[in-house]
Amino acid sequence: MSAVNVMSGKGIEGSLRRAKIFQQLTLYIPAAVLALLVLAAIFAPFLAPYSPTKTALGQRLIPPFFIEGGSTAHLLGTDTLGRDILSRVIFGARVSLSVSLLVILITSTIGTVLGIIAGYLGGRTGTVLMRVTDVSLAFPAILIAILLAVVLGPSFKTVVLAISILGWAPYARLIRGEALRLREADFVAQARIIGSSPLRIMVRHIFPNIINPLIVIATLSVGLVILTEAALSYLGAGIPPTTPSWGAMVYDGRSLIDTAWWISLFPGMAIGLVVLSGNFLGDWLRDKLDPRLRQL
Amino acid sequence: MGRFIVIRLLQTVVALIGISLLIFVLARLSGDPTMLMRTPTTTEAEIVNIKQQLGLDKSQPEQYVIFVKNLFRGDLGESIIKRRPVTDMIGEALPNSLRLGITSFAVSMLLALLLGVLAATRRDTFLDNGVKFLAVLGQALPGFWVAILAIFVFSVYWHLLPTSGTGGPAHYVLPVGTLSFFLLPGMMRLVRSSMLDVLDSEYIKLARIKGLPERVVIWKHALRNALIAPLTTAGIIFANIITGAVILENVFNWPGVGRLSWEALVARDFPVVQGVTLLVAVLVLLVNLLVDILYAYIDPQIRYQQT
Repeated sequence: MSAVNVMSGKGIEGSLRRAKIFQQLTLYIPAAVLALLVLAAIFAPFLAPYSPTKTALGQRLIPPFFIEGGSTAHLLGTDTLGRDILSRVIFGARVSLSVSLLVILITSTIGTVLGIIAGYLGGRTGTVLMRVTDVSLAFPAILIAILLAVVLGPSFKTVVLAISILGWAPYARLIRGEALRLREADFVAQARIIGSSPLRIMVRHIFPNIINPLIVIATLSVGLVILTEAALSYLGAGIPPTTPSWGAMVYDGRSLIDTAWWISLFPGMAIGLVVLSGNFLGDWLRDKLDPRLRQL
Repeated sequence: MGRFIVIRLLQTVVALIGISLLIFVLARLSGDPTMLMRTPTTTEAEIVNIKQQLGLDKSQPEQYVIFVKNLFRGDLGESIIKRRPVTDMIGEALPNSLRLGITSFAVSMLLALLLGVLAATRRDTFLDNGVKFLAVLGQALPGFWVAILAIFVFSVYWHLLPTSGTGGPAHYVLPVGTLSFFLLPGMMRLVRSSMLDVLDSEYIKLARIKGLPERVVIWKHALRNALIAPLTTAGIIFANIITGAVILENVFNWPGVGRLSWEALVARDFPVVQGVTLLVAVLVLLVNLLVDILYAYIDPQIRYQQT
């Protein structure tokens, strides 16, 4: 260390410190944003100043407090029906969080099971599974979602189903690669020699060793799920209107963008901020838990 | 190579059968179509008559065979709302979507090449960090929101561009710009990382030792090889273009296939949504087939691995 100092002076140390501070900021800020999201979703009724669905026609289109005509009674203003934007953004966190948790639970389970089977057992089953995975990876999920919304009607269940139907594919592809690699590992060979069944090997020996990449990819997919859900809500193929969701709020404000821009702006910012945080946290976890995945 | 193509073709056909079956089953799940046509004065005899006309009185497997036969004749059924053949409606919308998609693809591809290569050759500079920042934003911000803000800034506030619809070249700027903004990050990251790998290789060192100008080394020798890896993801890029088009055609009122499927969604017009989904499924499979063949042609190892 001292040798480095002597050779390159204080420049390098300064930039190293700056890099470290930057690294910590890209961890703490995203973590704080996501913590805020979870808190907002759980305690929405206590945090929100108003009911997210109560209309007040006398209070229509009030601008946010920092604009002339706005008041601190409605910090982020109100929409065309006089509903409080801040309260709706807080309640909107519930939709984003619950959809993404449920979708990730479903897709990671399916993807892991199929990935391990395809990777460890291989053979014809593996080939067929991987072809299905490839097609699923290349199919635009939004069309499946629209199709399902037309068939089943837009609902919470439809959204979760629509995103999950193809969402398992990235997990399957990654986990298969890991399982393929582990299949050749010594401890797996030893388990085979002492006569462990394939099922036992997959559950007891392969699975514990893929948990790290699984956590990384699950975190990285939070953002994508929230973005897809928001796009579906925007299109009207998402959660039906009485429940406040960020995507639908942006849609509500789209035709008033020239006069009441705050209706669309704030929910859109909430989406961007949460997705950005999820991606940063995922990157950080990847570097920490499984640097090999960097290329992904 | 011939064997490889045949196997891939067969797999594509199997995938097509799978998708058509899936969509057929979904179509039946959507309920009895005659319920939608019923009016207060409709008699049972008329319903039976309609069912006969639509072939709904036959068994499910027979109905599937008819469905596939119609598909081969290019008959995707009739819109419940507009009472027009779905094929005609898609035929009118598709050229608009192609214009939007191809322009955006070309713009983002050019930018991705330029920025990706520059970022790779000037690592950790201001430019590299700027490119990374752009990629991070493009992957996190919702497309419809950025599009609405772009309309606000460029059309409403500055009066520079039309807000929506089609027309002259000015109508292309905002839709193409926003769609490219979302296609760019993925492509740019791929070009950058692939370029970094290639720049590390022996033949690039050799080219430099030979005394070739850096410009030739990078833009000719390195870039040509760096393009092979991103090629495998062409299928995913295609899916991204479609996703983006469905959302943005809507914001910009662009009369393409995405807009069509949204209108059908709002009206619960199943045959139209079914037609669009089938068309996209076929396109997706064809693109992936082409990419696979092209890739196997470039890299012989793939051929032997997968046959």
